[in-house]
Amino acid sequence: MILAQIIEQLFKKPATNKFPAKYMPKSIISFLKSGKPIVPPVPTPPRFRGKLIYHRDKCVGCEQCGRVCPANVIQFVPQEKKVRFYLARCTFCGQCTDICPADAIEMSNEFLLADYNKYSKNLVLE
Amino acid sequence: MARVTDERTYYTIPIGPTHPSLKEPLQFAFDLEGERVVDVEIKPGWNHRGVEVLGMKRNPLQTLYLAERICGICSVSHLIAFSRAVENALGIPVPPRAEYIRVIIAELERIHSHILWAGVAAHELGFDTLLHLTWRVREQVMDILELLTGNRVNYALVTIGGVRRDITKEQEPLVRQALRYYKDLLEMLVDAFLHDPTIELRTRDVGVLSYKDALELMAVGPTARASGVKKDIRVDQPYLAYPALELSPITPDLFRPEIHGDVYDKIIVRLLEIEQAIGLIEQALAKMPEGEIGHATKEEMTELLVQIKEREGEGIGRHEAPRGELFHYIRFQADSEIPILWKVKCPTYSNLMSYRPMFQGAQIADIPIIIACIDPCIACMDRVIVRRDGREEVWTAEQLLAKSWEKTRRLKG
Repeated sequence: MILAQIIEQLFKKPATNKFPAKYMPKSIISFLKSGKPIVPPVPTPPRFRGKLIYHRDKCVGCEQCGRVCPANVIQFVPQEKKVRFYLARCTFCGQCTDICPADAIEMSNEFLLADYNKYSKNLVLE
Repeated sequence: MARVTDERTYYTIPIGPTHPSLKEPLQFAFDLEGERVVDVEIKPGWNHRGVEVLGMKRNPLQTLYLAERICGICSVSHLIAFSRAVENALGIPVPPRAEYIRVIIAELERIHSHILWAGVAAHELGFDTLLHLTWRVREQVMDILELLTGNRVNYALVTIGGVRRDITKEQEPLVRQALRYYKDLLEMLVDAFLHDPTIELRTRDVGVLSYKDALELMAVGPTARASGVKKDIRVDQPYLAYPALELSPITPDLFRPEIHGDVYDKIIVRLLEIEQAIGLIEQALAKMPEGEIGHATKEEMTELLVQIKEREGEGIGRHEAPRGELFHYIRFQADSEIPILWKVKCPTYSNLMSYRPMFQGAQIADIPIIIACIDPCIACMDRVIVRRDGREEVWTAEQLLAKSWEKTRRLKG
């Protein structure tokens, strides 16, 4: 029975998604910087837990999110009564989005967050 | 290292802590006589991460996600056991629908874990085609878990006093579809694993754990059940929605007449448990009542934090993880939301002792498959580190007993 599976597989598309390119580029970084089209990642289902979105205007500064965050992502800025997120530490549990009384935190579908600098613009939300 | 006694030469070969056939760090020292393993010494403790200490510095809502990351494969098992421990300690009720959802996710995880194990076992035997096949079919259940929970591996679904997401009407048919896929597939998997002459040759009468040894060494989960010990927390001490569902412990005599307790039997048990898990999910989907799912809204979560702070108590939580019985213990003081004690005992810890009888008499080439056959999860297990003070000292039970007697005498004066 397994032999039939192997022969069937010869005529099928491979199960692996060839991300980010069909063939391994010599240097991934220079490939990504060149701006050539990449093979898209596997689509995410609805309500996927991805990168956080922060609606600064809605935030009331109650600090509840910091109380439940398991990874110490959220820093309270007392002068402005707002919070700052250091996403390099985020574990994507979604607890802060659940507890926020003003619906100021949301989760997006974005998950490609690799970066050299953990304080880069992409990874610090304000 | 060679040692010559009564005209025979014994060799000791160390394997690990890091070795290509081990997925995680664990050290073995095998005493060999020619090709044959005479005895084995196991040294765990290379992967200690201090998770419990971290858990004693934060509130249980934060620890949930830490507990989940103790193990990447049985993450929801740790969540269920941890949240049950907290619920028992603080007396927090769980609504029935949430219990059913927990069962569904736990059983989906069992399917995913056992298929993953089957692939690893095939790889250890050198049957890489089967490894790639099993890991490809595993994607389906990963997709379902991602759909239901929002992530492929760390599901973050269970919370204290319930679950965080409901299974909606639109998701149910997709779950059923995936279950049908695995039902059709199971025949192929059973054929590929259990009727394959090469796998039979390599696994029959290899790594035998007798019924007596399994009982005496307190093996748990599929390792114990493969030796004929009918031991399953879901049946012995029913919890969650398991009392309402039909299940009985799976032993290899359901597939072949005698129980041998070898690696082949362990494959049988795990494959049959996939079938059992599919049945359980179907039953749970059919019987699932409507209603609340527990602390999922903002007000409820804030209230939960207050309750955790006010109440005190100690509790245990047990769960039949894919590898066996998982145990969490937690203790709270009043006026503090941070637990003063958290202890985790993982199935691999219970199963580690059963390595010795399995290795005795085995050949060197059988070592990788015997290591893999209890489905070891070292990251889960390493909770204790030995402080050596420059030298190593192992105390026997008699020495400890002598110390204890000495203390009694001293106290009596």
